[in-house]
Amino acid sequence: MALAMIIGIPLGIWLALRHFPGRRLLTALIYTGMGLPPVVVGLFVFLMLSRSGPFGDLGWLFTMNAMIVAQTIIATPLIIGVTMSSVQSVDPSLRMQLRALGASRWQASWAQLYEARFGVLVGLVIGFGSIISEVGAVMLVGGNIEGRTRVLTTAIVLETRKGSFDFALALGIILLLIAFVMNMAVVAIQARTGSDSQ
Amino acid sequence: MTSLLYELEQVKQVYGSRTVLSIPALQISRGEIFALIGPSGAGKSTLLRLLALLEAPSSGSLRLHLDDRIVTCEDATLEDRRRVAMVFQRPVLLSRSVRQNIAYGLRLRGKRDSREQVEAMLERVSMLPLADARPHTLSGGEVQRVSLARAMILEPDILLLDEPTANLDRYNVSTIEALIRDQHARQGTTIILITHNIFQARRLATRMALLLDGELVEVGPTETLCERPQDPRTAAFVSGDLVY
Repeated sequence: MALAMIIGIPLGIWLALRHFPGRRLLTALIYTGMGLPPVVVGLFVFLMLSRSGPFGDLGWLFTMNAMIVAQTIIATPLIIGVTMSSVQSVDPSLRMQLRALGASRWQASWAQLYEARFGVLVGLVIGFGSIISEVGAVMLVGGNIEGRTRVLTTAIVLETRKGSFDFALALGIILLLIAFVMNMAVVAIQARTGSDSQ
Repeated sequence: MTSLLYELEQVKQVYGSRTVLSIPALQISRGEIFALIGPSGAGKSTLLRLLALLEAPSSGSLRLHLDDRIVTCEDATLEDRRRVAMVFQRPVLLSRSVRQNIAYGLRLRGKRDSREQVEAMLERVSMLPLADARPHTLSGGEVQRVSLARAMILEPDILLLDEPTANLDRYNVSTIEALIRDQHARQGTTIILITHNIFQARRLATRMALLLDGELVEVGPTETLCERPQDPRTAAFVSGDLVY
């Protein structure tokens, strides 16, 4: 998630503020990426990291690293896309007005990001949601190995297949609780930054 | 004694295939209140953005005389740009308190301990009771006063005002005009103001220029342009016959 955030937010801002040839194509690709089927991402990463693949020498297949790669590919376009549209939704005249008050390009960009903060936070929530609810890709590239690459979602799949519905349900509730706590934290941040301006 | 501040020669601004501004020559002196008058779409705002160094002219030269240096949009440093502040016709405030909006420019300049200065400015623009209000709760006149305050607090050498009283009631017009006069009297700030209101230009400016369809029609002392215009279009505009 951190990796997707580090890549996604600056790229989203850059795409929102810069005009260059091919920008529309890149935007269309990002939007396509927002709807990537996770299992297809899993297959792609699997092929890249398998022994015969171009990155097979890394030995990452069925490790946490492979799962991180897959989840970063899934979440990054979501964060880029939402950040981009949030920054674009800030009044376009604001940037020029801040520049007219002596803001450098960086200071103006930072202020624009601050104005778009609620949208960016929503992007992070969506990215986080896509990661914690993901099964197909992590199952493919992680292998669901106990103690190494098993995560809550893949454990739920396994327990359901075994017929341990109570345990699977309990894991599901834990997953939901984690998501709820994380989202409550985001809502608290939104409220705090919102009240800053009061 | 006045000294040259802006010097424009053969300045043209072209957007796509459309020439929106064409000025053969224009000079503005340090310390004057200069009005740009003309109807909507005359190129006044474009000229103001050029003067603010926010845009470079498509052709010609625009030189800003600062101390012993001459700067252009291309070679102006951030410090040079910070000697000019501009207030827009439709101000956009940050989604922070009025106080934080007014302090914004100072913070950009690394002046974080500016509480007293901000309080004084809030008082000056009669916004002290609304210091902690958020922008969306303010009226148009209040937003415009905050916008003026956040520029004036920077004590710029040059203050550019794009229709600062457009769509405001008489009380707010009079308040803002008083603030403009006060700023000029206190710090000798050069003020360049856009207005389509000839009466406002007469009340505030010592010199003015008429722009029509991107063309500079006439420049001169306000009284001369109003009483003895050389160009028939100026005569038509000041008499109210030229209606767009």
